[in-house]
Amino acid sequence: MANVCRYGFFTHAVVRGIPDTFGKKAGDSCENGEASVDLAKAQRQFGCLTGALRQKVGLQLIEIPPDPELPESWRIEDVAVIQGDTALITRPFKQQRRSEVEAVRRVMSELNLTVVEMGDEEGVSGGATLEGSDVLFTGREFFVGISSHTNHKGAEVLADTFRDFAVSTVPVCGGTRLKNICSMGGPDTIIFSSSDGAKKTLRMMEQLTDHHYEVLTVPEESAANSIYVRGPSKRDFLLHRPAEECPDSMPAFQKLEDYTLLPTACSEASKLGASLSSLCLLINRKHTYF
Amino acid sequence: MTTEAGSEKAEEVKEKAEESAAQTDQSEKATEETQEVTKAESEVNEKEKEKEKEGKEGKGISRYLPTWLKKQKSQSQTSPTKEAPPAEEPDSKVTQEEEAPAPEVNGHAEEVEEKEEVKSEQVREKEESHSNASADTEPVKEEKVEESAEKSPEETKETTEGEGAEEEKKGQQPEGEAEGGEGGEGQTSIFQSPLRLVRKSKMKLVVCHVTLLDGTDFTCEVEKRAKGQYLFFKMCEHLNLLEKDYFGLTYIDTHEQKCWLDPTKEIKRQIRSNNWQFSFNVKFYPPDPSLLTEDITRYLLCLQLREDVASGRLPCSFVTHALLGSYTLQAEFGDYEPDQPRPLDNIGQLTFAPNQNKEMEEKILELHKSHRGMTPAQADAQFLENAKKLSMYGVDLHHAKDSEGVDIMLGVCANGLLVYKDRLRINRFAWPKILKISYKRNNFYIKIRPGETEQFESTVGFKLQNHRSAKRLWKVCVENHSFFRLNAPEPPNKARFLTLGSKFRYSGRTQAQTRLASSLIDRPAPKFERTSSKRISRSLDGAPMISITEAENGREPHLELHSDSKVKEVDVSPGDAEATSLQSPGPSEADLSQDHDKTQDEVLKHQANISQLKRSFMEAPPPSPPQPNQWEKRLTSSPATTIRIQQQQVVSVPETEAAAADNTVSDTKEPAKLNLHRLFSPNVALTTEVEIEETVVVQEVSRAAKPGLVTVTPIPPAEPTTEQETSKQEVKAEEKVVTVGKEEPKKQESVSSESESEEEAEYHPNVSVSISHTQIPEEKEEEEEQEDDKRGEQEVSAPDALSLPAEVSKPEEEANRVEEDAGAEKKTDAEEKEDERETEESTDDPMITPDEAPNGLTLPEEGETGMSAPAEEEEEPKVNGEASLVEVEQRPQVICCSEPPVVKTEMVTISDTFAAQKTEIATKEVPIVHTETKTITYEAAQLDGNDGEPGVLMTAQTITSESLCTTTTTHITKTLKGGLSETRIEKRIVITGDCDIDHDQALAQAIKEAKEQHPDMSVTRVVVHKETELAEEED
Repeated sequence: MANVCRYGFFTHAVVRGIPDTFGKKAGDSCENGEASVDLAKAQRQFGCLTGALRQKVGLQLIEIPPDPELPESWRIEDVAVIQGDTALITRPFKQQRRSEVEAVRRVMSELNLTVVEMGDEEGVSGGATLEGSDVLFTGREFFVGISSHTNHKGAEVLADTFRDFAVSTVPVCGGTRLKNICSMGGPDTIIFSSSDGAKKTLRMMEQLTDHHYEVLTVPEESAANSIYVRGPSKRDFLLHRPAEECPDSMPAFQKLEDYTLLPTACSEASKLGASLSSLCLLINRKHTYF
Repeated sequence: MTTEAGSEKAEEVKEKAEESAAQTDQSEKATEETQEVTKAESEVNEKEKEKEKEGKEGKGISRYLPTWLKKQKSQSQTSPTKEAPPAEEPDSKVTQEEEAPAPEVNGHAEEVEEKEEVKSEQVREKEESHSNASADTEPVKEEKVEESAEKSPEETKETTEGEGAEEEKKGQQPEGEAEGGEGGEGQTSIFQSPLRLVRKSKMKLVVCHVTLLDGTDFTCEVEKRAKGQYLFFKMCEHLNLLEKDYFGLTYIDTHEQKCWLDPTKEIKRQIRSNNWQFSFNVKFYPPDPSLLTEDITRYLLCLQLREDVASGRLPCSFVTHALLGSYTLQAEFGDYEPDQPRPLDNIGQLTFAPNQNKEMEEKILELHKSHRGMTPAQADAQFLENAKKLSMYGVDLHHAKDSEGVDIMLGVCANGLLVYKDRLRINRFAWPKILKISYKRNNFYIKIRPGETEQFESTVGFKLQNHRSAKRLWKVCVENHSFFRLNAPEPPNKARFLTLGSKFRYSGRTQAQTRLASSLIDRPAPKFERTSSKRISRSLDGAPMISITEAENGREPHLELHSDSKVKEVDVSPGDAEATSLQSPGPSEADLSQDHDKTQDEVLKHQANISQLKRSFMEAPPPSPPQPNQWEKRLTSSPATTIRIQQQQVVSVPETEAAAADNTVSDTKEPAKLNLHRLFSPNVALTTEVEIEETVVVQEVSRAAKPGLVTVTPIPPAEPTTEQETSKQEVKAEEKVVTVGKEEPKKQESVSSESESEEEAEYHPNVSVSISHTQIPEEKEEEEEQEDDKRGEQEVSAPDALSLPAEVSKPEEEANRVEEDAGAEKKTDAEEKEDERETEESTDDPMITPDEAPNGLTLPEEGETGMSAPAEEEEEPKVNGEASLVEVEQRPQVICCSEPPVVKTEMVTISDTFAAQKTEIATKEVPIVHTETKTITYEAAQLDGNDGEPGVLMTAQTITSESLCTTTTTHITKTLKGGLSETRIEKRIVITGDCDIDHDQALAQAIKEAKEQHPDMSVTRVVVHKETELAEEED
């Protein structure tokens, strides 16, 4: 298949800054009801993340400036699914988030990616919603978590876009997102939370896949979302939550041999249900066909 | 010494067979053989055999079904060769029929044994070297010489022995012959057998039109009653294709559905219309095309995939379309030539994608430029490397509805069954997870192995459009499972896993077999023309045709490489990359051909050197030596079994009765049968010493065999270890054997139910363990405990035996590993561990049941530690029940004599429960309708309501004479209940014959024999099931 190479080879990362309206609902000046977030801290953590991606991992970083009108625009992972040189611009579940895609679409075009849209609101793909945080691409296939934000139709659009790959749907329990309970930890490694819901999803994935993945189980759900990149320097990097945020999972990360572990805090974003990977889109522009 | 001589002979025979032109017959082979041993006599015998075969098949359609059965029992009979028998000696035939009643065979068995022992070594060697039937026949002939006076009885023996020895080889021969011949130089010799079929009959000829993968039409005449095989072989001959097992012929049925032509059935009966129109297609998409041996095979696969992609059947992304298209261009047109009229002009006329547009064509051209210097073969290989990764590669989709009526697609592929809703994969059932596949009317069911958390297996049902589509899906499943998961096809007559009503089984070679066979291909890369490019070049450029030869290809693993490279140099001398010049229109065909000639000469020389390998390929008993071993492993579980297994390996024909059956079993994968005879027959109490000796022999053999394999095939490491292990294990085995020997006489029953389950389970798709799971461990333990209770100490000995088989089988396993990318290493480890474990267990732990271990081993993916085994065991009861039922229904006659000595047990043979279910299903679904069935049951013993253990299939024996085929199957179940040990022996004798059989006499004889063998037992029940075939019916 033209698009296949081992997972983790990325050259670019696209991020979007944290707006001052961080933690506030669009058009609503009130504090987010559930948790009080520390804007400055969130921005600092964001800075640490981007710094690590750029300087440690060595990716080219493209930062889209924050838009105060779009308080959730920093969750850039949701608005595009990128594989190879194709970028599927998604349709987020929340109506107010749908305008977040515009800036991202522009960047994708500038990067010479083939931009694919979800299609009309009406018609065949009408009612389809899809968010990137429900999509796990393993390098060999896609798993789409059917969640509160992503539905079957959305998954179908994704399957239609990335035809080379098997696209399997898996249930995501408890109102969470697929990427909250799992993420890639290496070319053939999936980091999985050990929660019951995650186990259920994992079982389903195991049933659906033709491939074999190593599963790295971590006790804390927060640890299950990490960012794996095999950087230009041919080293394996894993950006993961620091010990303060998931103390029990550290031993699991230590098991990854020859990895450069980059503890990256993400406490503020996680208060809003996001995690490390929510903050960036990873792209490989040095794609070779062989 | 003996061994060597035998092997040489075998080789010689093979060689000759190869050399012999299209006309070569078995008779010729026989003649050759005779030179070495007994000439004239052997010939006669051979002919007789042929006649026998004829007789069986000779009856034409009416005999059709029986033929199948026969084939299954002794596969050799069904082979094309046999079908093509010379119809000249009716007399002998008759004589044989008269003289060769099944019972007689048994009587002679002992006599034969002596000789067999001596020869056994030879046989083994041959087996391992993939010798063909001719080689096997030798022993028989020798005997004949000695006993020449008594022709008829001898013949019987011969048959038996021959089968025994040849079973493995013969079973494969049908295919092996055809392919073997091909191995020669793609000559027609291979196809002789199929051709012969036609020859004998005086039927009308029909013109068949076959659409080839390159879009051209192939027309040929076949006899009206020819089987699918015939046409298919003709096709392969025409295409010069050796690795043909991946391909098949399709036809459009009266309902506009595309169906696979069953090679074993008459074409006329399948197409059901007078439209003799077929197309040649890839039937099994090799998961890793790079493992194909020949470029021509890859080329054909490419053609199929190009069509799949262009038609949208194989969906892929824009980029992939472009990439695949660019490889197609490179393969067909060679390097991108900026000066020449741009291929872009042509490109519009080529279809690369369902929705091809200018953008894509430009992308294709752009990528094409980057392939400069790539030979056509390399381009094909790259094409395949990319295509194989597509998620829908090799997935055969069928429309269906789920239980809620939602439209879904069921995809059958190498790994299992996939469920799609729209484009989304919503479920997947790997073959190892599927316990049973069935269909009923328009419903299609799969029974799923319980997961770790579940207690019971579940059945998932799908609705298909109609009965036909359900059956078609079922067939595809059976075939795919067999091809990709089994080491050898399951014999159709043993209706187990998949069968309810249909006897249908995959009859060709499995992937493992075909790989083994093709690894032995030694011929110059065949020259073939890329027709499409030729076409294009003419139409567009008016340029000379481009003929591309395989010789260019640098990918050939073999020596041919050298020749190729030379060729290239010569041709390309102008300077370009090797391939380039060839591909370009420039070099005329003449040049090419010259080069080819050179190449061929060189290759031929080379060939001479490797002739041995070649021979082996020709006979290419794909089932390969390893299989028996695996079976043996399974069998090994019981102590008794162990012994037998060893014997089998060592002395293939020790006991006439047993031998035949045993071999057959090994070939066919019916492990259970092997055991039978020993247990039942007085022979059971074989002296320990003898066995030990045999064991030793095995050692040698195994060692010897491995090196050979290694040379030919890329066999992974771990062998040294294996050998060492082997030796150790063997030693242990000897000790234990002794133990066993003592115990056996008393307890024939020792074989546990588990072992049977394995057998029965054979066809259950459980062959392997899926990546994910662990489910089984728990169950396993439980099972073990149970087993322990049942068996006690006896079993301890078994493991040893296991060790041997395991080792022997390794070559095979290794081959398997190659196939299976994932966890190859793990498997190895696992296997080793298993071996170790078993060994240990054998020594002292009663805890770990030998049975389980064997199970694990048996599974193709044994590496995964037989996790699946336990699960299999669970189902045993059902399986057995099913099996027995099915058999009863299908077989012409079933006679069951069961005799619990002091114990009462329920009869597994025909369990009412299952019977009820099955009958129902069978009646409705059975494809083969025209059958007359009569069942008579004599019952002496009362059956207890207890769920009994499923019977253990102890032995199977097949005795074949011209007109009669007798198969004896014995199930022995031993149960420990409250300190009482129950032993139930169930013996099933199947007599199949074309002509009139004196059923009563046969029955009486069978009962008599059974009683003789077990004087202290009483016959509890006799079931006579008579099935007369009225006509063949399919689909």
